[in-house]
Amino acid sequence: MTDTSTTPVKIRATPEVRRARIVGGILLVLAAFVFWFFGLNVMGNLDATFKITLPTDKIKDVKMILNTRTLAFVVAGVLAFLSGIQLRRSTEKRTNMALAIGLFFFIFAFLAWAAAGKSFSLVGMLRSTVILSVPITLGALSGIMCERVAIVNIGIEGQLLASAFAATILGSAFGLWAGVVGALVVGALLGAFLAWLAIRFQVDQIIAGVVINIFALGMTSFLATRVLSKAQDLNSAPQFKAIKIPFLSDIPLLGSMFFNHNFFIYLMFLLVIILHIGLFYTRWGLRSRSVGEHPRAADTVGINVFTTRYRNVILGGLIAGLGGAFLSLTQISRFEENMTAGIGFIALAAMIFGRWKPFGALAAGLVFGFARALQQKLGILATPIPSEFLLMTPYLVTIIVVAGVVGRARAPAADGEPYVKE
Amino acid sequence: MTESNDTNHPNPEESPTKRQLPNFLARVTGGNTGWLRSLLIPTLAVLAALIFGALFIALTDLEALALLKEDFRGGLSLMTDGVSVAYKALFTGAFGSIYGLSETLFAATPLILAGLSVALGFRAGLFNIGVNGQMLIGGMAAVWVGLNITLPGYLHIPLALVAAVLGGALWAGIAGLLKAKTGAHEVITTIMLNFIAFFLIEYLLTTPAFQDPGRNNPISEQLPLSARLPDIFGGDYRVSLGLIIAVAAVFFVLWLLYKSSPGFEFRAVGFNPKASRYAGMNVEKLLILVMGVSGGLAGIAGANQALGLSPYMVTSGFAGTIGFDSIALALLGGSHPLGVLWASILFGAMKAGGRSMQAAAQIPLELVTVIQALVIVFIAAPELVRAIFRVKPPEKEKTQLTKGWGG
Amino acid sequence: MVLELRGITKSFPGVLANDDVSLSVELGEILALLGENGAGKTTLMNILYGLYTPDAGEVLVDGQQLQLSSPSDSINAGIGMVHQHFMLVPVFTVTENVILGIEPTKIGGFLDMKAGEKIVKDISGRYNLEIDPSALIENLPVGIQQRVEIIKVLSREARYLVFDEPTAVLTPQEVEEFFQIISGLRETGKGIIFISHKLKEAIEIADRIVVMRDGKSVADVDPEKVTEEEIAELMVGRPVELVVSKKQAEAGEPVLVVNDLFALDDRDHTAVNGVSIEVRSGEIVGIAGVQGNGQTELIEAITGIRTSLSGTVSIHGQDVTSALPRDIHRMNVAHVPEDRQESGLIINFTVAENMILDSYYTQPYSKGMQMDWDIAHKAAERLVKEYDVRTPSVDTQVSSLSGGNQQKVIVAREFDRDVGLVIASQPTRGIDVGSIEYIHTRIVEERDNGAAVLIVSSELDEVMALSDRILVMYGGKIVGEFDPKKDSTTEIGLAMLGGTK
Repeated sequence: MTDTSTTPVKIRATPEVRRARIVGGILLVLAAFVFWFFGLNVMGNLDATFKITLPTDKIKDVKMILNTRTLAFVVAGVLAFLSGIQLRRSTEKRTNMALAIGLFFFIFAFLAWAAAGKSFSLVGMLRSTVILSVPITLGALSGIMCERVAIVNIGIEGQLLASAFAATILGSAFGLWAGVVGALVVGALLGAFLAWLAIRFQVDQIIAGVVINIFALGMTSFLATRVLSKAQDLNSAPQFKAIKIPFLSDIPLLGSMFFNHNFFIYLMFLLVIILHIGLFYTRWGLRSRSVGEHPRAADTVGINVFTTRYRNVILGGLIAGLGGAFLSLTQISRFEENMTAGIGFIALAAMIFGRWKPFGALAAGLVFGFARALQQKLGILATPIPSEFLLMTPYLVTIIVVAGVVGRARAPAADGEPYVKE
Repeated sequence: MTESNDTNHPNPEESPTKRQLPNFLARVTGGNTGWLRSLLIPTLAVLAALIFGALFIALTDLEALALLKEDFRGGLSLMTDGVSVAYKALFTGAFGSIYGLSETLFAATPLILAGLSVALGFRAGLFNIGVNGQMLIGGMAAVWVGLNITLPGYLHIPLALVAAVLGGALWAGIAGLLKAKTGAHEVITTIMLNFIAFFLIEYLLTTPAFQDPGRNNPISEQLPLSARLPDIFGGDYRVSLGLIIAVAAVFFVLWLLYKSSPGFEFRAVGFNPKASRYAGMNVEKLLILVMGVSGGLAGIAGANQALGLSPYMVTSGFAGTIGFDSIALALLGGSHPLGVLWASILFGAMKAGGRSMQAAAQIPLELVTVIQALVIVFIAAPELVRAIFRVKPPEKEKTQLTKGWGG
Repeated sequence: MVLELRGITKSFPGVLANDDVSLSVELGEILALLGENGAGKTTLMNILYGLYTPDAGEVLVDGQQLQLSSPSDSINAGIGMVHQHFMLVPVFTVTENVILGIEPTKIGGFLDMKAGEKIVKDISGRYNLEIDPSALIENLPVGIQQRVEIIKVLSREARYLVFDEPTAVLTPQEVEEFFQIISGLRETGKGIIFISHKLKEAIEIADRIVVMRDGKSVADVDPEKVTEEEIAELMVGRPVELVVSKKQAEAGEPVLVVNDLFALDDRDHTAVNGVSIEVRSGEIVGIAGVQGNGQTELIEAITGIRTSLSGTVSIHGQDVTSALPRDIHRMNVAHVPEDRQESGLIINFTVAENMILDSYYTQPYSKGMQMDWDIAHKAAERLVKEYDVRTPSVDTQVSSLSGGNQQKVIVAREFDRDVGLVIASQPTRGIDVGSIEYIHTRIVEERDNGAAVLIVSSELDEVMALSDRILVMYGGKIVGEFDPKKDSTTEIGLAMLGGTK
C-alpha cells in the first residue's frame, strides 16, 4: 500500500508490454532449448542435406548441406539476441515480427536436427505446404466472405465435407467437371441454409454453424454407408492433373512450389487477388463491408442488408465448395467418413490469423499448411517423436494462433449479431 | 438506438424483437413461454425430424428406387415397407420390451452427463464443443486408476470417478483458461483439444501403463473386477451404476444453477458478463470454473463408457459419438437439467432402437445422427416446425422474454 | 414549398405512440419538435423517414402525397435525416461514408474515389463545413462526425433536413457552431426539423415550436411569445420544478481522494491524463463535460473496473487503486453505472435477482453456497415499495420495466445500505421526469445523511442543479472548478471546450 503523497510515477506494465516481455521470455527458452537439444545433444559430424530440387525438375540435384550442430548454435545465438531485444522493450511494436523471425529460425534448426545425417527433400515439403494449405485458405476465404457481412460461419467444416462428398459421387458418375459443379452447388446450398437460419429465424449463428456440421457429417456418413458401399463405382473420383507453367516452373525452388500445380491451386491464388480487389476497391466491396461494420448505417442509405448477406454467404459457400472439390478431385479419390478432420476449424483460425483479409488468409493458410506438411515429413523421417504427437501438430498450432500469440485482431464490428429492422 | 424508455409502460418505440436479442438462449429456442407450449415444440421437432428421416430412408432405398422405374406401385410399396420395418424396429428396440427399456436407459446414461455438461456451459454463455475430448481424458484417467491401483471395489470406483472428474475438468479448464486470459474462442479451442485428446489417447494406449500386454494395437488391458461399474439389475440388463450417478448429476446441476450462489454467478455471466463484472463478480475465474465443472461432468460420462462397457477394454474410440450428440441434447432440453434428462432418454431410445433397426432393416446407424441434426434444426428454428404443422405462435410471444424453457 | 404530416396515427402493442399528429414545415424555416423522452417524436420521425408505416394519416410534400416504405423513398423525396446515433461506419473514411449508397464508379464497379472526394469537397465548401475527406471516422471528434452526417444528407440533395437530438453530445460552444450551420442551411432555403427535449435550445434557434406529449401534438407556438416554464408545462402536463431544492451543503472529511491518476482507454490511448479529485462527506461534486473526455474511464478506474497506469485512489483513507470492484463495494460505496442496461442490470434477470446482484453472496441471502430465495424475495418486495418501482411483481424480468423504473431498481439496490460514497454516472439519462425527480431527491438525501457524492453527467443542467461544486473534464484532465451559484453556464461551457478560466 503506497501512501497518497507524491511517489515517483511508476508505470504499471500494460498488457501489451507484458506480452512483449513474455515473447522475449519464450524466445530465451527456445534459445536454450535449441542450444542444448539441437546443438550439444547432437554429434558434431552430422550434416543435414536439404534437397532443393525434385528428381523431375529440369535443373537437378541442387542441395543445401548444413552441419546440424553449427546451425543450432547459430540459431541459438539469433534467438538469444532477439529475446534480449524483446525483454527490454517498452512497446509492443514489432513483437510479432520478432516472434515470427524467431520461430522461423527455430523450425530451421529443428529440421536440421530431424534430418541430421539424412537427406531431406525441402522442396518436397514446401510443395506440400502449398498443396496442404489450399483447403485451409479456401475455407478461410469462405469465412471472410461471410464474416465481412457479419455472419459467423462455423459450418465451413460441414460445407467442405458435404461438397467433397458431392464431388466424389458426381465426379465418379459424370466426370471431373460434374464433380466440381456438384461441389459448388452443395457448398452454396449449405451457405444459403446457414444464411436462412441466421437471417430469417435469427438463430444464433454459432448454433446454426454447428447444425450444418452435424447435418453434413450425419448425411454424408449415412449416405456413404447406405449408398456408396453398395455402389462402389460411385466412390472413385477422377483426379485433376498438375499443369506446369512453362518456364516459371523450372525455377529451382519456387518453380515447384508455385508453378507446377493443378488448376485449383492457381484458382486459389487468383481468388485471393480477386477478393482483395473486390473487397477494397469496388462498390460491391464497400457496401458489403458496410453491412458487416454498421448494418443500420447501410440500411439507412438504402443498401439491403439481408440480400447482401445472403449473396455474400452463398458466394462464400461456393468457395467452400471449391475446397471440397479440391479434396475429392485432387487428393483422395475415395470419400471417407469425416475426411475433413477439422480442416474447417483450422480455416477459421486462419481467417482470424489473417485479420479477415484475403492476403492474410493466404499467408495464414500457408503457415497451417506448413504445419501439416511438417507433420507428414517428420513421420517419414522417423524421428524419435511418436507419430501420434506429430499428428497433433496442426491442432496445437491452431490453438496457439487462436490464443493470440499474435495479438488480438478486430473482427467486423457487427460480427455475429442478427440485424433487426425496426 | 434512441433511448426512449420513459413512461411507466414498456417503450413502444423500441422494436419488440430487439429486446429478445441479448438472450442467446431465447434466440436459440425461439423464445417460448408456457409449460405446455414448451413441450409442444420439442415434441413436434422430434416428430418432424422422424418424418424427414423416413423420407431419407425411402429415397435411399436403392432397390425400391430401381423398382419404381418399372412398377411404380410395387416400388412405392417396397419403399413404404422399408420405412415401416425400419421404424417398427426402432420403436420396439427402444421400448418394446424390458430389455429394450434397459438398453434405452443404458444408452441414455452417458448422454445425460454429456448433455448436462454442454447445457451448463450454455447457461454461462459458453459453447463447450469439447465434450468428446473431455470424455476421453476423463475416461483415461479413470482407466489409469483402474489398471494401476489396487483397491477393493467400494473404494476403487469412487477413486476412479474422482480421477475422471479431475481429468475432464482439467481438459476443459485449458479451454476456459485460454478464453479467460486470451479471449480465444472456446468453439475453436475445444474442437482442437478434441483432436489432441484423441491422439494423446492413441499414444497412451501403446504405453505399458495402459496397453494390454499381449497386444500390439492401442487397446487397454482389461479392467479388474473392482474397477468395473456394477450392473444394478443383473442378468442381461446392462444398466449400471452409471445411471444412478447420471440422475444424481441432474439434480446436482439443478441445485447448482438455481439454488447456489456459484450458479447465480454462472447465469449472470451467461446473460451479461459486463454487468456481472460491475456487480463485483470475477468473470475470468467463473469462466474457468464453469468449464471445469462442465468438463468434470463430461469426464464422468467418459468414465461411464470406459468402466461400464463389457469387455472392459478401452480403445481410442470409447467416447463414440456422444460428444456430438451432447450439443443436440442440450439444445433439445432447453439447457435445463430436466429437459436434458428427457432429451437423453429420447436419444437413448433412438440409439437402442437404432441398433435393432440396423439389424432388421440394414439402415445404417448414422440415420440417427441425421435425425438428431434435423432435431437441432427444428429446435433452433421453431418457426419451421410451426410452418410444417401449422401451429399458431403464442399470442404475445414477441413481446415476452424468456430465459429458455422452464428456466 | 412545404412538408406536411397530417393526422399521423401509429400504435404498437399496448401503446399509442402517435395519436392524430399533424405538423408542417416550410422551406427556409426551422421547426423545433419538443417533447419528453417517449412522447412520440422519434416514432413520428421514423415514419417520416420510411422506417415505419403509419396506421392512419399521410405525409405530403408540396401537396403531393408520398409513399414512404423505406429510407430510399424518403431520400428520393428530398427528406434527409441526421440521426442521434450517427449512421457512420467508424473504420471507413469520411468520403467512403458520404458516398456509401451513391458511389461514383468506373467501369466494372470500381470505386472512383477521386470523384467521391470531389463531392465531399464541393458540399463542404458550399455550406461551410470544414472536413478532411480522407480522415477515418473513428479518429474524429463527435462534433466533426456530425458534420459528416450533414454532408451525407446534403449529398443526396435533401431539401428538408431532420435532426434527431443533435446537441446531445456537443459542448455549448459546439452547439453555437451547430446553430450557425443550420441557420446557414436555412438561409440557403432548406427546411429544418430539429427534435429535442432541450427547451432552451429550441427557444433560441427555432422559428416555430411544436410540443408533443403522450403521442399527441399539444401546441404549435412562436418561441418569442412563450416562456420556458410554459413550454416545460406543455411538455410534461404539469408545472415542473426546474431546480432541485436542497439545503446548504455541510461538507466534512474527504472520503474519495484521487491523486494524479492516469489511465488508458480500450484502444490504448490516454483517457485519464493526470486527474486529481477530492470529494468530501456531505457534498455533491459534479463532473461536467462532453462524453468522451475521459469521464467514463475515470469512473471505471475509481470503481476498480479498469486498471490505472499510475496515480492513486483512496476511499476513507484506504488505498484502493488496485482494489477489485467487490472490495470497493464492501467499503460502503454505491455505484450507479453509466449504462443501466449494459452494466447496471442483467436484463434477463428478474427484479429480485437484480436487487441482490451485488449482495447475493452475503448473509442472509446465502449461507455458504446455498442461496435463500425466500429472504431475497422479501427484501426485493420491500425495496420495490420503498423506492416506488412500478413492476407487476419482483419476479418480472427487468427488461419489461421502463427506463425510469430500471434505474430505480439500480438505485434501490445501491442505496439500501449504509452508504459513505455515491458514484453516479449519467443517473437520469433517458428517463421520464417523474423518475428524474425521484432519483435527484434520493441523491440529495444521501448527501444530507453524510455521504460523499460524485456525479458525472453530460447534461449541464443536471450538474448545475445537483452539485455543490462543479469540476469540468476535458481531454482527460480537470480543467476548472466552478461554483454553480456564482458561475454561469457560458463560463463552464467554455471550460468544457478546453478554454480555461
